[in-house]
Amino acid sequence: MNSIFRLLLQRLALGLLSLFAVSVIIFLAVGMLPGDIAQAMLGQSATPETVAAFRAQLGLDMPPLTRFGHWIWNLLQGDLGVSLANQRPIAELVGARLGNTFSLALLAAMVSVPLALLLGMLAALYRNSWFDRLLNTSALSAVSFPEFFVAYILILVFAVKLNWFPSISNLAPDASLGTILERSVLPVATLSLVVIAQMMRMTRASLINLLASPYIEMARLKGVSQSRIIFRHALPNALAPIVNVVALNLAYLVVGVVVVEVVFVYPGLGQLLVDSVAKRDIPVVQACSLIFAATYILLNTSADVLSIASNPRLMHPKG
Amino acid sequence: MSFLKQMLRAPLSAKFGLLVIVVYILVALFAPVLAPFGETQVVGEGFAPWGGPFLLGTDNLGRDMFSRLVYGARNTLGIAFLTTVLAFLLGGLSGLVAAIKGGAIDQGLSRVVDILMAIPQLIFALLILSVVGTTATSLVLVIALLDATRVFRLSRAVAMNVVVQDFVEAARLRGEGLWWLVTREVLPNAAAPLIAEFGLRFCFVFLFISALSFLGLGIQPPTADWGSMVRDNAVLITFGDISPLLPALAVALITVSVNFVVDWMLHQSSGLKEC
Repeated sequence: MNSIFRLLLQRLALGLLSLFAVSVIIFLAVGMLPGDIAQAMLGQSATPETVAAFRAQLGLDMPPLTRFGHWIWNLLQGDLGVSLANQRPIAELVGARLGNTFSLALLAAMVSVPLALLLGMLAALYRNSWFDRLLNTSALSAVSFPEFFVAYILILVFAVKLNWFPSISNLAPDASLGTILERSVLPVATLSLVVIAQMMRMTRASLINLLASPYIEMARLKGVSQSRIIFRHALPNALAPIVNVVALNLAYLVVGVVVVEVVFVYPGLGQLLVDSVAKRDIPVVQACSLIFAATYILLNTSADVLSIASNPRLMHPKG
Repeated sequence: MSFLKQMLRAPLSAKFGLLVIVVYILVALFAPVLAPFGETQVVGEGFAPWGGPFLLGTDNLGRDMFSRLVYGARNTLGIAFLTTVLAFLLGGLSGLVAAIKGGAIDQGLSRVVDILMAIPQLIFALLILSVVGTTATSLVLVIALLDATRVFRLSRAVAMNVVVQDFVEAARLRGEGLWWLVTREVLPNAAAPLIAEFGLRFCFVFLFISALSFLGLGIQPPTADWGSMVRDNAVLITFGDISPLLPALAVALITVSVNFVVDWMLHQSSGLKEC
């Protein structure tokens, strides 16, 4: 039990370390700009006085270490700084959108994870049947489609031709739950289609690997029923890789929302990020990147932790 | 077995994939011959319908859609190919060197890669592009650098299995230099998985650049590029016109094809029959 604890603590420490490293990188990214950021933002025509004032406003006249300390300290207190484009506090800009993005990703996860596991198990059970081949080929194709292609096909079919759902998912702040759900159908479907394929392939592969192992053969020879073999013998051992791939795909979802949000004009964090990159509103880009990266690291770390915790061999070591 | 014989025995999906890849390469090479109009030439009204002089109509600025699709093959494929090659040179070589040298060099490189990989690629790319600006050069360099981390992981892992073999030890004892070890001893034995990875990476880079262009942050206008063509003409979809989907379809088709071929190659080299 002790070694497990150490392993888990190691993973958590690694997660924290990468979070710190990422914040350093995001902070330093501004310093990588060739020349002076204040000059670059204000343009060539700015007078030296304006540039100096702007530098003071950004805090660029302080040494980098102090600036980094300030930045992190303010971050921890929830102060993300001020947008360069419209001088509004970033926390205010991000606040509402953060919820929208996470609910979109969460809905997609709730749809895609059970579906992917089910399809993967069916494909493993009926492997080499036409059903399996069909699933496999379509999964391989779905992985290679760009998200915006899937999104626009869904729009063309379900919004334009059939007129079932709206093609644009802009939300008013006071929208009712029904409207929100209705407008989220197409973005959620797009995101789900993109991640289901990967999760399904992984589930199928890890189950098939296991079904070929001697202890399953033994169970079969004993006369254990097919469903009991899958649920009692195979699944506990397949859980580790499956949990891992689920968490990795959720991490992917968090990033995948960027493109999908832009297609559907969904008011989320991804759209804010893309707009800010185009406007070179660097503090907002920093804040959004940090939020995305932190979520990604969190999910990756929990994937590691869960795959250790769900591995029967690690949880019940011999001797 | 000769390549031709192997080809004939390939599954239908792999044959289809190879055919599509060859067609794309030909279109990219002979773009000026195939395209009836110039890449950025305005030839008529915006959003003209299909038919007449314009096979697939015109785009939002009145440029010929078909010509831009053809030139897009050249631009998009070219940039993605260049980026993948750069990523492989950088990541592949440093992975091999890390595996051969071991010790501090290996540790140092691996930790840097770990940290770079902890940030989602799209977010990292957006962050850097917002700082250095979106030009074709910075696009290629940024994506090649980010992708090199993935290549590094694989080439290091593959090379690790090769460097422990006796013939590498023998070469070391002969006093061969690093360059000899990389190119003559390790690389030939690590080539098969790396070639398959090249296909997968190419798909990934291709989708990545298309997504960035679609977001308006990739290849910049007026260069014809499939991602930004979708973006520019997306409004047509709400009228039930499918022409904006054609560039997206072009992207999907080539990535599916490369995936089919890589799938078949991996199957061949692993010696796995359907399990």
